[in-house]
Parts: sequence; structure tokens; C-alpha cells
Amino acid sequence: MQEIAEGSLLTLIWVGIVGFAVFMYVLMDGFDLGIGILYPFAPTEEDRDTMMNTVAPVWDFNETWLVLGGAGLFAAFPIAYAVVLPAMYLPLLVMLIALIFRGVAFEFRFKARAGRPWWNRSFFLGSLLATFAQGVVLGSFIQGIPVYERQFIGGMLHWLSPFSLFCGVALVVGYALLGATWLIWRTIGPLQDWCFRMARRLMLVVLAGVAAVSLWTPFLLPQIAERWFSLPNLIFLSPVPIVTAVLAFALWRAIDNSREVAPFVLSMALFALSYLGLAISLWPHLIPPGVTVWEAAAPPKTQVFLLVGMAFLIPAILGYTAYSYWIFRGKVTGAFGYH
Amino acid sequence: MELDPLILSRIQFAFTISFHILFPSFTVGLACWIALLEALWVGTGKGIYRSLSEFWTRIFALSFGLGVVSGIVMSYQFGTNWSRWSDTVGNVLGPLIQYEVVTAFFLEAAFLGILLFGRDRVPRGIHLMAACLVALGTLLSSFWILSANSWMHTPAGFEIQDGRYFVTDWWQVVFNPSFPYRLTHMVTAMFLTTSFVVAGISAFYLLKRRHSDHAKLGLGMALGLITVLAPLQIFLGDQHGLNTLEHQPAKIAAMEGNWEGGPRAPLVLFAIPDVKAETNHLEIGIPALSSLILTHDFNGTVPGLKQFPADQRPDPRIIFWTFRLMVGIGMLMLTVAVVHLVLRFRGRLYSSDWFHRILVGCMPIGFVAILAGWFTTEIGRQPWVVYGHLRTADAVTPSLTVEAALVSLISFVVAYAIIYGAGTYYLIRLLRTGPTHIHDAKQPPEAQRPKRPLSAADQSIEAAE
Repeated sequence: MQEIAEGSLLTLIWVGIVGFAVFMYVLMDGFDLGIGILYPFAPTEEDRDTMMNTVAPVWDFNETWLVLGGAGLFAAFPIAYAVVLPAMYLPLLVMLIALIFRGVAFEFRFKARAGRPWWNRSFFLGSLLATFAQGVVLGSFIQGIPVYERQFIGGMLHWLSPFSLFCGVALVVGYALLGATWLIWRTIGPLQDWCFRMARRLMLVVLAGVAAVSLWTPFLLPQIAERWFSLPNLIFLSPVPIVTAVLAFALWRAIDNSREVAPFVLSMALFALSYLGLAISLWPHLIPPGVTVWEAAAPPKTQVFLLVGMAFLIPAILGYTAYSYWIFRGKVTGAFGYH
Repeated sequence: MELDPLILSRIQFAFTISFHILFPSFTVGLACWIALLEALWVGTGKGIYRSLSEFWTRIFALSFGLGVVSGIVMSYQFGTNWSRWSDTVGNVLGPLIQYEVVTAFFLEAAFLGILLFGRDRVPRGIHLMAACLVALGTLLSSFWILSANSWMHTPAGFEIQDGRYFVTDWWQVVFNPSFPYRLTHMVTAMFLTTSFVVAGISAFYLLKRRHSDHAKLGLGMALGLITVLAPLQIFLGDQHGLNTLEHQPAKIAAMEGNWEGGPRAPLVLFAIPDVKAETNHLEIGIPALSSLILTHDFNGTVPGLKQFPADQRPDPRIIFWTFRLMVGIGMLMLTVAVVHLVLRFRGRLYSSDWFHRILVGCMPIGFVAILAGWFTTEIGRQPWVVYGHLRTADAVTPSLTVEAALVSLISFVVAYAIIYGAGTYYLIRLLRTGPTHIHDAKQPPEAQRPKRPLSAADQSIEAAE
């Protein structure tokens, strides 16, 4: 009994760590992918330079969270890694290829002369497709993955559904909002004004998207409907939509009052709430609808070996992340950097 | 050869890992060299160290960027194409990969930002520390990934329950029998690769009569390191071979093109191995030399491929040659080291154009040797993915279809062709531009801080024109 209890606690900790890594990725790469999505719509080419400069020192660091999420799944929940990745073969292929083209655009764009419009397109399309693919993966994941003998048994197009495509579009708008509010914080002048206008419009679409996904999800799986709408859960969980609504209102006010930092913080909070809502819907399943976190967990020997290091390394990573962001703090303008 | 998901996945893995490995092969040594140059700059205040460091940091950044994007592909490919492998060994190898991410990748990515863009924003000591931490990150990354790879060659410290692997002893897993040999052999190879690139570029500038101060400094340092490492590498390679003989004798038999095995085995210099007839055509060999090398005794008994069941033999047709290519390059490296010593003692190291031309030609040999070595060891492990336990054929994703595997393989080939083509083009441009001059000073002139390395090259091109 003791052993089971210990095992459960370890698994819970690992759910927390992997969940945290994925969320960190969504936030951190979310805003720099969002900048790529907004990229071709920026008023001038100089604004595009500035937009890229705001994330140049940190983008590859942000993307490292994606590797951590993948590796964390592989280490702590190997079956999830072995099932989810094959099920998402084609969307993940799109995501990887898109991330390659967008990542190298950072390095190549400022070098190219004749080729520059191509690297602009590469940055935009790479960001757009990578985000869309991530949304599709998310949507398809919520809908469930058929598993037999610890392996995925669906077809190569299993991920394709109206819901997953809708999630793809919703995430594109969501990341664009993160990108716009990040730029409000880090830029000044006409570019910042433009970002305020974009953020206001994007916010409305994002809220509509969050509402649509929230209402659509319970229809996908009866267990999700039961989770939210049965008593007493309905009461216990009611703070989630209520706080979301309050945050949305605060974000609206912050943008209207031309606050500089608050819109970014509130957008991140909106993402956090949506993420929490998702976790509530799916718990305790790691691969909906059949495999729970307990069934998927690696044995305690593996979990402990990893946890010993994580206890020191995750705080250290967060520490030097904060340091790096602090060094590159402040407004970024077209006046310095690339010419 | 019929196309099935297995062979397509193997080709895709070989293709993506081969491109990926080129960058770590180069950046691990380069990161250490940059850290050394930064330390010399902080210690002596001589501008040449700083400008040389800045030049190579631009090249490092570009290579590192290409390494990062191709590395993300690797971390997902394990799951997408090799899901049975992932599920079977995840308990053992997952943590090693995870430790690589949290000890190495974050360290490299975070401090690379400071190394590249932070020179004017942080104190000089912090900037030096960033350079050292990036170098440390690259070495830690090598440590973990080579430990994981070595475990697949010489698995240890585990038990099997219900067809899956469970760890019994982490120490044995991490420090499995082939790991110390593979780690030292590979890290030395990476330092040699970087040294030959630095030596080649420096020699190129000397031939062009440009940047001669930077070039002499780079050439002297690189050749000095080569002189130490080339003979050391031959010794380490021999040790690694003996370790392989102990744990993977079939691989040795295939590398040596030896079908019969037994005492007084010849060292085969040339042969066309014939898998169907189980023999070699046109074989030329030196009697008893293979026995001497492998057992340090002319009469020593060495393994032959026929001693192993046909379905447990690696295919000798590729690795017989890749192994010879690697060893041949090792000998070439040693020759370069010796010639360099002769020239140095005669005081003609910086004025021998013929030697500089040879060095320019030798620029890529480290990469070729590393690829040849990896082809040898990985193909030599077949038909196993975890040696002696899990067959490659049983590791592939069961749901994967030929169409999907073909689509992904073609996509990666096209994408890499574009990206690496452009990357190589920009690298050559950076190399042609060369380092910019920086004055010795306690407080260097406020330089334009480039946000990405390539823009710095633009500025220097314009300055030169």
C-alpha cells in the first residue's frame, strides 16, 4: 500500500513537470510564433526588423521547451510518446518542417538581399503552419487516440476532423494575440499603436474561439460532459469559466487604456486558464480516452532517477532564463540592431 | 529492394542523423576554442583574441542554429518512426535524453544568447562565463547522447519484464561497457574536426595573404592540437576496437571483411565482399596482421562472419569500406601532424604555400571520418537496434504506412537540401569575409552590436569596400 502511494505521488509530480514544460513551451514559443504570424501584416519592413529583433536572442531557447516536452514524455510516460507521436505523424511532420524553415529565417533573413522576401515568407509560413499543426495535434489529442497492445492502431489520417482543424485555426489566433501583446510591451510608436489595434481584434476572436472549443469539447466525449456538468462538479469548477470571463474583461480594459505590460500578462493568464480547463477535462487520462497517467507512468526507479536531477535543474533553468530575459529587457526600436 | 516502412524509416533516420551530426561535430570543439580565446582576451587584453573569437562565434552561431533545428527533428523521430523501440526502452533511455535536454540544451541556448548579443550588456567576466557555459553545454550534450547510444550497443544494468526494459542499476546503464571508449573516441574526433577546419581556413587566408595575424594564430593553435590529438586518436580507436571485439565480435568480422575467422587472420586491404557466396572477391591482404592488431599476437584468433547465424550478421559491404576510410583519414591526420612538426622546427610553418594548400584540402576530412565511423558502428550493430535484444525490424512503428513514410522522407530531403544549401552558401560568405580588426585596449571602442551574427558580416563587407 505504502509503495502504491509513493508511486502515485511520483507520477503526480511527473504529470506536473511534463505539464509545466508543455505549458512553458506554449507561452514562450507562443509569442514568438505569434510574431511570425503577424509578420507580413506589419506596416513597414523596418517594423518587421524590429519585431524579429525583439525575439532574436531568445527564440532558440524558447523552442528548447518543445524538446523538453517531448523528451519528458519519452522518459516519464514512454507509452504516451510511443502512441501519440505515430498517431500525429503527418501533422508533426508539417510542424517540424515548418519550424526548420522559420528557425533558419532568423539567421538567413538579415544576410539575404535578393532572397530576403523569400526568408520573410519562410518565417511567416513556417510560424503559421507550425502553430496550425500544433493546434491540430491538440484537437486530435482531445478527441482520443485508439490504442491496442501499447501501440497506436488508427490510420495515418486519424487526426483529421472538423474539430482538430478548428483547434488549429484557434491556436493561430491565440498565438497571434500573445505575439501582439508581447510587441505592445517591447516596442514603441506606430508599431506599438498597430499592435494595440491588432490585439483588440484578435482578443475578440480568441474569446470566441475559447468559447467554441469549451462548448464543443463536452460533445466529443461523454466523460468530459460529465466532468463539467454533473453536480457537484458544476459548482466546484464554475470558477474556471468565471475567472476566464474576468480576465477577458481585464484584458479588454488594459488594451483600451493603452497599458503596456498588462495585456501580455493577461493574455498569458488566459492561456493558463484554457490549459487548466483542458487538464480538468482530460484528467486522469494521458491518452484519451483509454490510458490514464497511472497506467502510462514509467516505473518508480526511472521516475526517481530523473527527479533527483530535475529538482536542481528546473529551478536553475528558470533562474538563468530570467537572467537572460533581464539582460535583454527594455524597448526594442528600429534605431539599433540590424541595418 | 522493396520499399516498406522499415527501410524508409531507416533511410530517413540515417539521412537526418547524418546531417545533424555534422554540426555537433564542429560546434563542440569550436565552443571550447571560443571559450579559450575569450579567456585569452580577458587575460591579456589583446584585441586579436577578441576579434578572432567574434569571427568564429558568427560561424558557431550559424552552425548551432542549423544543429538546433535538425536536432528537434531527431527528438521527435524516435517516437514517430520507432514507436516500438520508444515503448520498449523508454524507461532506460528516456531519462538519458531528458538529462541531455535539461543539463545541456537549455544551458547552450540561454548562454548562446548572451555570448552573441550580450557583449555590451554584461561585464566582461560574465561574457567569458557565458562562453565557458556554452562549451560545457556542448560537452554535456555529447556525454548523455553518447551514453544512450552506447547502451544500445552494449546494454547493461537492466532486466526485461513483459518484453519491456526496466532499469536495475543506473550506474551500469550510464557507464555501460562501450561508453568510455565511444565518448573519448568521439570527443577527440570532434576536436580534430574543428582543428582541421580552423587550420584550413587559416591556411586559406595565408594563401590569399589576408588577415595574416589572425591566420597565423589560428593555424598555430589548430596544428598544435592536431599534433597531440591525432596520435592519441589512433590509440583510442584501437582501444575502442578491442572493446568492440569483446562485446560485438560480429561487427569486427564485418569491418575486417573476415568470413572464416581463426588464427593468423590477414589484414584485408582491398576486397569486394559477397554476402550470398559468403566470401570476398579480389581480396588483397597482409598475412596475420589483423590478428596482430586485434589480439596483439600474430597467432591470435579473430572472429569470422560465418561463425554467426546468417540472420545475426551485419552486412559487410558498406562497413568494410567506411571503416577503411576512417582509418585512412586517421593516418592522413597523423601525417599532417608530423609534417607540421618538421616545418615548425625549420621555421617554415607560415611560409610553405604547398602545405597550406594541403591544409585547405584537408578541411572536410574530420567530417568524413566521423560519418564513416558512425556508419561503421551503426550498420555494424545491425540487425539489432539494441544489440542482442531488440531487432531493428521489431522497433519500427506498426501503424506507419509506406505512403506516410515516403512523404516524410521526401519532405526532409527537400527541406534539408534547401536549408543546408543556403546555410553553406552563407557560411562560405562569412569565411570569405574573415575577421574584423579590433585594437588592443582596456576599453574597446563601442562596437555596433549585431542582433544576429550574419549582420556583422554585412558591416565588415561594407567596411572593407
